[in-house]
Amino acid sequence: MFRQHLNQIATIARATVLEAWRTRYAAMLGALLAAGVGLALFTGELAITETRQTQAVLTAAFLRPGAALLMALFVIGSVAREFSDKVAELTLSLALPRAVWFVGRLTGFLLVAALTVVPVMTLLLAFAPAPAVALWGITLLGELLILAAAALAFALTFMQLLPAFAAFAAFYLLARSIEAIRLMAHGPLVTETSLGERLLVRLVDGVGWLLPDLSQFGRSAWLAWGPDWTALGVAGGQTLVYVLLLSSIGLFDLYRRNL
Amino acid sequence: MTAAQRPLAAVPRGLRWLPALALALQVAWQLGRPAPLARAEDLPAPPPQPLLAVAALGDPVALARGLMLWLQAFDNQPGISIPFRELDYARVIAWLDRILVLDPLTQYPLLAAARLYAEVPDPPRQRLMLAFVQEKFLEDPDRRWPWLAHAVLVAQHRLKDPELALKFARRLADNGSEDRVPAWARQMHIFVLEDMGELEAARIVIGGLLDSGRITDPHEFRFLKDQLDRLQEQRVAPGPAVPDELAQRRQLTE
Repeated sequence: MFRQHLNQIATIARATVLEAWRTRYAAMLGALLAAGVGLALFTGELAITETRQTQAVLTAAFLRPGAALLMALFVIGSVAREFSDKVAELTLSLALPRAVWFVGRLTGFLLVAALTVVPVMTLLLAFAPAPAVALWGITLLGELLILAAAALAFALTFMQLLPAFAAFAAFYLLARSIEAIRLMAHGPLVTETSLGERLLVRLVDGVGWLLPDLSQFGRSAWLAWGPDWTALGVAGGQTLVYVLLLSSIGLFDLYRRNL
Repeated sequence: MTAAQRPLAAVPRGLRWLPALALALQVAWQLGRPAPLARAEDLPAPPPQPLLAVAALGDPVALARGLMLWLQAFDNQPGISIPFRELDYARVIAWLDRILVLDPLTQYPLLAAARLYAEVPDPPRQRLMLAFVQEKFLEDPDRRWPWLAHAVLVAQHRLKDPELALKFARRLADNGSEDRVPAWARQMHIFVLEDMGELEAARIVIGGLLDSGRITDPHEFRFLKDQLDRLQEQRVAPGPAVPDELAQRRQLTE
């Protein structure tokens, strides 16, 4: 039974990767990389010192959200289409547990994330040393895994592109900036003298506990000033914990859904 | 893909030409508009540091780089070129400061301060920028010494202000560590004093350095010894009188 489920998961994952190829994901990724090359050349012309670092940092800062956006749109679009075309219902009417479908889809998205990171890292090797690019790329993969799991969970919850993507965008922006927001909330300007301020600080802290701190992933500083390998453990642990959390939420929602 | 499309005849006759007509209308509209007028924009004040930290979306180094390129290009806005001396230097400094907080390891803002903004032929602005370089040097002398060394030269040769040059050179001597800041930079005050005609003061400084045991490199020791000998010779055959020589000597020996 377990072996059969593994085969089913592999089949669904392979179909997901094929879907990415056929919906021109690779072409869009190519366009993103081409824009990245253009940006690198442009910034290389503008910078008057630390040219390589400037090129590496700005290109990476462009490619990282670009890859996240591509990934999220692919995941949400793919799942929303599958449900609106009733393909998911057809698939789930077979002898296939919902968890197997979910894990198969998630595995497929994770493979697409890995296939996204490799060419991005290859491009950055032109501007930054290999160890720094390796750390940046590995943590970017972790970030994309979290985002793919989040996009899948939002797609299953909302079933429509617009609300799912809006929720995803809010999640991404908050997760990226939550560290700075928490620092502001605990800064000297917030005195916590009134009840409102205290509540606000607790709210910010609460949101911080719920979200992953994505600012620890894919830091451009590594490309400019060398890798900090202690970040690998933090990013790896956070990726495992958060993918597990999002997967459990997505699965919970999928099992409760009346198809 | 072509086979999946219906023939052109399926499109209503009126609609067939509508896209071309609309395109022509758009082009005509753009051609009819007046040519865009370049307008100089003032450099805005930078937002507070916490807001920049949020705007960085967890990647402050990337934001620092982007801001630096934007600031550097601010004198060259679309269709217009603004001389550096017309920029609000207080704001330029505030931006450079923010960028350094976002990325403390970058040298870019200090290079821009010392070699771009401090090169304008406007002494008050040059002094502002050199003061900024000195302030930032004190925060991280071992990494930022090249810019204060450049500031010494700007003060000495552009501003013709040897007192300011000497002040910067002494900061370099007092704050730079031996293994990170090269000897020539730590000894700039000697040459500034020499240029000022303060031969006796320069002699005392070199003698003090040699006696202190801080000079361990034999080449550097020989170089300074030669310098000291040369100054001794000049002392025997003195040049023009230097008015504040005694005051300088007193200050150095205190």
